[in-house]
Order: sequence, then C-alpha cells, then structure tokens
Amino acid sequence: MKLELGKIEIKDIQFADRTYIENHVLYVNKEEVEALVLEDDKLLECHLDIARPGESTRITPVKDVIEPRVKVSGGGEIFPGVLGKVTPPVGEGRTHALDGCCVVTVGRIVGFQEGVIDMSGVAADYCPFSKTVNLCVVIEPQEGLETHVYEKAGRMAGLKVAAYLGEAGREVEPDTLEVYETKPIFEQAAQYPDLPKVGYVHMLQSQGLLHDTYYYGVDAKQFVPTIMYPTEIMDGAIVSGNCVAPCDKVTTYHHLHNPVIDECYKRHGKEINFMGVILTNENVFLADKERHSDMVAKLAEWMGLDGVLITEEGYGNPDTDLMMNCRKVERKGTKVVLITDEFPGKDGKSQSLADTCDEATALASCGQGNMTLQFPAMDKVIGMQDYIESQIGGWAGCINEDGSFEAEIQIIIASTIANGFNKLAARGY
Amino acid sequence: MVKGIEKYGIPVVHLATVVPISKTIGANRIIPAIGIPYPLGDPTQSDEDSYKIREKLVKRALKALQTPVSEQTVFEKDF
Amino acid sequence: MAKYKIVHYINQFFGGIGGEEKADFEPEVREEKIGPGLALAQGLGEDYDIVATVICGDNYFGENLDKATDIIVDMVKKYEPDVFVAGPAFNAGRYGVACGTICKAVEERLGIPVLTGMYEENPGADMFKKDIITVQTGNSAATLRKSLPKIVNLVKKMATGEEILGPSIEGYLERGIRVNYFAEERGATRGMDMLIKKMAGEPFETDLPMPKFDRVPPAEPIKDIKHAKLAVVTSGGIVPQGNPDHIESSNATKFGFYTLEGMEKMSADDYMTIHGGYDRQFVLQDPNLVVPLDVLRKLEKEGEFGELLNYFGTTTGTGTATGSAAKFGDEIGKRFIEEKVDGVLLVST
Repeated sequence: MKLELGKIEIKDIQFADRTYIENHVLYVNKEEVEALVLEDDKLLECHLDIARPGESTRITPVKDVIEPRVKVSGGGEIFPGVLGKVTPPVGEGRTHALDGCCVVTVGRIVGFQEGVIDMSGVAADYCPFSKTVNLCVVIEPQEGLETHVYEKAGRMAGLKVAAYLGEAGREVEPDTLEVYETKPIFEQAAQYPDLPKVGYVHMLQSQGLLHDTYYYGVDAKQFVPTIMYPTEIMDGAIVSGNCVAPCDKVTTYHHLHNPVIDECYKRHGKEINFMGVILTNENVFLADKERHSDMVAKLAEWMGLDGVLITEEGYGNPDTDLMMNCRKVERKGTKVVLITDEFPGKDGKSQSLADTCDEATALASCGQGNMTLQFPAMDKVIGMQDYIESQIGGWAGCINEDGSFEAEIQIIIASTIANGFNKLAARGY
Repeated sequence: MVKGIEKYGIPVVHLATVVPISKTIGANRIIPAIGIPYPLGDPTQSDEDSYKIREKLVKRALKALQTPVSEQTVFEKDF
Repeated sequence: MAKYKIVHYINQFFGGIGGEEKADFEPEVREEKIGPGLALAQGLGEDYDIVATVICGDNYFGENLDKATDIIVDMVKKYEPDVFVAGPAFNAGRYGVACGTICKAVEERLGIPVLTGMYEENPGADMFKKDIITVQTGNSAATLRKSLPKIVNLVKKMATGEEILGPSIEGYLERGIRVNYFAEERGATRGMDMLIKKMAGEPFETDLPMPKFDRVPPAEPIKDIKHAKLAVVTSGGIVPQGNPDHIESSNATKFGFYTLEGMEKMSADDYMTIHGGYDRQFVLQDPNLVVPLDVLRKLEKEGEFGELLNYFGTTTGTGTATGSAAKFGDEIGKRFIEEKVDGVLLVST
C-alpha cells in the first residue's frame, strides 16, 4: 500500500464569504460551517472562533483536535466508517492535508476528561496545539442530553468540519509531497532482508463508552488484535472518541500524525525494515487483556518481527495491558521498547506506573502528568472555565477570581501523550 | 491502601478486576472481580442474576478472610 | 557580616564529647563551629556563618526519637538559619538515621532547606534519601575532603535559591523523584534509538528502571467469623451525592468515611461515583456494584458474620499516587484498629 501525502502549509485562518485556500491562508465561511454542525438536532447552538499561536487565549473544555484532510485519489473517503463510506479501504493513492491548522471541538464537559489549550504563556510549551492555528467549534448541546449521545454529537461535529475544510485543499498544489509505502508481508520482508524487521504495537483506548476509539467505525473494544497498513491511519482510519485524561488523550490529530509510524518510516530502508502495525485495545475485563496480549504476541511472531515499539493511551489499568504485551512479545523472542508517560504523584515520589514487569527493560518516558503549573489569566477564553476545578488535573479551589488557576499538567491536551509525540520526558532526581 | 491497612494485622481481601495490578501493589488475598465498570455483579444480566453474582463473590471474600495464606493468593473459584 | 546563617548538627563523636560510652549525650547547642563544621565553614567562605552547632548522642537520639526531635527543632528555630546541615554521617547507621530524622523534621516544621551526607549503604540513606538531599560520601570520615565541595556547593545553592540539578551532576543520592524536562528528541525517536540498540545487543539506557513495590506479610485469618466485625473500603470513587468533601476524580489527595447506618442497600439517590477512570453509568444506577451493602446486610442478618462497621472508606483509585494510597491505607488501618475491625473487603474497579 502506497500513499502520497501532500501537505498544504496553512499560516492563518480568516472568516470570509466562502471557504477556500489562497496564499497559505484558509478562508472559512462561518455560516456554512455552523449550519453543517447544526444539521445534528442534538446540538442547539454552534459558534466558531479562531485561536492563533502567541495570543492571550485559552480554549477549554477541549474534546478533540483534528487536522483537515481530503482524499484526492486512490479510493475511499476520509474517516472511513465513521464519516466517510466504509469501503473501499483507505491508505492508498493521494491525500492532501492542511498542515498547520486544526479543528478544535469545545463545549460543556461530558465527563471530567476534557482539557485546556493555552495559545501563549507557560502552559503553551507543553501543548502541541499552542503552535497551530485553530478553528474552534464551540457547541451547545440540548438540555439533558445523555452523555454518550452528547459525546458522539461532539465527535461527529469535529470530523464533519475537518472533512469540509479538507475539501478546500482538494485542488490546491501541495507545498511538499511525502511518499509512504508498506508492501504485503513477504515482499516487505524481502525488500530489506538484511535489516531488522520492526513492527509497531498500537494500543487503542477502549475501556468502555466515553473511553473509546474507532477503527473504520468499529468500536475498538469489539475487535480482536489485527494488522493494519501504516498508511491507513493517515487517511483517518482511526478516530478518537474518548474522554481519557487530557494529557494523554490521543486526539484524532495524533492518529493522523502518529509519531511512531512517522519514525518507523524515517528509519525504513536505512536502519530497520518497517513491517507494519499491530492494532490492539485496552479492555476492562481481565480475560480480554489476557486473550488480546496473547494475540499481539502471536501476530508479532507470525510477522517474524525482531523488535517492536509499544505505545498505550491512558494510565492505570491500561498499564497492565502494556506490561502483558511487553512480557508476552519478549517471550516470543522479539525485543520490546515501551513508550509511555508517568504518574508519580504531585511530589514525583510515588511509583510512575500502576503495573510493571521484569521484561520492561527499555522505556522511553513522555514525562509525568502530575507536575503542577500556574496558568495565568488570559484575555480571551474560547469555551468556558466553569469546569476547571473538576477537570482532570484540577481540584476544588484551584481557580482564582481573575481566571488564573493552578493545576497539574494533566489538564493540558496531549501534554504527556504516551506515543512519543512530544519532547517532554521525566528523569530521576 | 491494601498494604496500609494490612500492616496493622487486619486481613484485607482485595476484590479487584485487574488482578495483575492487585498482585503488583502487594495484596495478599485477591478475588477477581467481574469488570472495571461493574466489579461486583453484572448489570447486563437480570437484577436477580447480578445480585447472585455479587453474593457469590462476597461469600467467597468471607471465606478468603478465614483462610491462612503464606503468599499472594488469588481465589479464582469457590471453595 | 555574613549574609547567610547555617546551623550544623553532629553526633557526640564528631562533637568531641566521646565515643560509644558517651552515646547517650543529651542535645546541647554551642554557638561555635566544631569538627567537620570547621572545614565546612572554610569551604563556604565569608558570606556564610555557622552560627550554632547542635550535638546529640546517637543512642540518646535513637531511644528518645520524638523528644530529641522536638528539642533539636526548637534549638534550630531560635537561630532562624538559611540552611540546616546534618552530618555527614558516612557509614554510621544510628548517626545516619538521626541526621535523616532531624533534617526531615526541620524541613517540615520550620520550612528551612536541609542537607545531609551519607555513604549509600548507610541504613539512614535508604530511609531518607527520598525525602532529603543526601550527598553521597565515602564510608569513613577520611573521605570528607572529597565530598566537602559537593556539600559546599549545595548549601550555597539552597541559601541563594539557585536551582538544584540532577543527582549525578550535584553528587547526591537519587531521591526517586520523577522530574520533567524537555529532551533533545521526541519520545518516538528516543524509543526507536533504544530499540535499534536493543536489537543489536548494544547497551542502552532506559528512562525508567522498573520499580520494585514493597510487600507486607499476609495478616492472620479471621478465626471466628460469626462474631467478626467487617468493614468495606473502595477505590471506586463512591461518595454521597454532591461529593461533599470534594474528592478528586483522578490522582486523589484525600479519602472519605461515609455512613451506612440504617441502610439496607446502597441507594443511587444517596450515592454516586466520581471516579474518572471508567464508564460510570452502571455504578451511578446501582452503587451496590462497588459497595455490596445489599449482600452484606443479608449475610449479616443470616449470621454469616458478626457485624458490619457502620461506615465505609472511599477514594478514587485512578491515577492516584501510590504514596497517597499508602497514606490513606495507614489512616484507615489506624481507625479500623480503634473500631476493632477484624477483616476488610477492599473493592477496586
């Protein structure tokens, strides 16, 4: 499977009377986008706002972040099975991405798990979306909407807007064109017979309603581990539907920009032979955890892998899935490196992980989420600060009257994302 | 928490879904629970059946508290 | 006039009082530099002054832990020092424990930066290196000259508020505190570098050596269940509606005790869950799924066990630091001993 990914550099977003791209500026017809969102009768109101890097702006409570993309050729539609048609599958042909801008969905909280994006100040250093131009879609649900229904309405609103904006890039000549290719297993193995065969075990959050991820529209907790061509993910085959802690939420943006897949392709043909992705989940029943880690190990063996990188989403009991995968894959003779974040408590002195195993000899840290920061008051808040105290990372009394607050960096979207996207790391002092 | 209480000499039976975590943190008497969103019972079944599952687990917990153990023990079955 | 004041703590041996026969020497304060304090003062230079030295016998300290700590903290308080230094204790076990104990108390009660020094195998190092900066020394006083520059440098940093860097740079024992920093490369790149080395059989360094969790021996079983008093504790975040004590939905810093008095089962009208780590819909409808009160009341009536403690303990388990959990367990355990509880059901989600 071979994908050409054309990146159209977007330096700014502005509202206009129609939606188009010119000179690296994305012009957006506000009324059209709002009408698109309000097609869903679960949502009462929608308004749009733009947040740019460096501004004194805070966005919260943030649900998801999505990069606009469009499928130009090769079959399939963006976000297959969720928004686009489920067939044909994606990952082939050509896709255009609006690089440097994002759609951010904002609205009253569903659970405790929506986060904060600051466009400037000290918290901006910890958030990848402080550096992108963000079109914020602020939604107001109907009164008394059941939480799962509200979550879905918010999720679909973001995807719809991203796909709509992506269309504006269909005919635009991209600034850069990157080509990614992974061949069927025997051919791929034969292409670089002298390089170590490396795979990626991608653990999808699937702990139950509100903690879900979708693969071609399938709720990830309902599948058994399977294999995926890495390019499929770049066309939106995986969509975030989860309300896990903000800091290690793998947003839909992060699925499109999976850093491990990016890294594997960078080293492909030079230091490693990148064989593909094993997708698995993080379920709430012990039998599922045991069965699926067995299957991950079986697939790693079957693919003849010399090494795998494993990433998780969330913390606490998914640490058990992480450790089971590690132990079982290592016992098949495949070398394992784990990438994850840490939660050692506010003083940094407690155990970083809920579970451990002797085989976990190599771990790349994505930082610890319990560190606290002083968040300054901002001139502008997109969304509302009413929930800061109950959002994960906040506590009763943490917010001041002027809108400044103290919180753990857990509250920042993707600050310690456990797939190695950021440079943040933790070390022993 | 288990260890904090047990160090006072009071036996603790840990009814936990994720048994590996229970083992890692050092519980000595462990009973596997049903699932994270519903450890004691199963609301996807009838109220009566869900109650029966809960009763079975609690009864097993009472037995575990009366059983001498010398190392970490998972009480998988009724005994 | 010196800018910064130091108070120094040493034992009877380094204080020149005597050896083992004087180990019961009671705490005494002297407004002068003594023993290793002379070398320390010299190293620190004229901006720093050791205004007082506290001397205490190791056995006296060990046998009168609380009293000795109170007396010495009071002595230190009077001088309002900028930094408190104890030892170094090298490989002297009782001295090491005393240095650690008194440093911890001074820091907690007076809010003054503290520092000690020990050989890494000193039992005091294991007990206190987590809590206080413990400069790594050799195993005997003959090595003082080598560790002195590290102590001097750290005392100066503490006095002036300069940032203290990592253990390998500053020369103290790793406290096991996980501190964030921005690495040169993203996590995925560092992970891949590690994997390439691991596959090639080359040495690599993990970011997080796997921790070892400690253990407690299993408690004796309940002998007479018919008369036993049982209690329920949960990490499932069950709290009264409205969460009156504001227990956090993740990384909880507190727990609560809530009544079960006069209740036949857990009612969804009275109780809810604030746990941030699982889908709450089932438990919101039926809290008995976490606190099995309905079953326990029935078994209590049937005489399957003596009685149920009339309240339960609760907190949120998700993302809750093991340090906090241990503290909750300790407080709950203490309370249950007073209540004469014979056994505990702890339910986790």
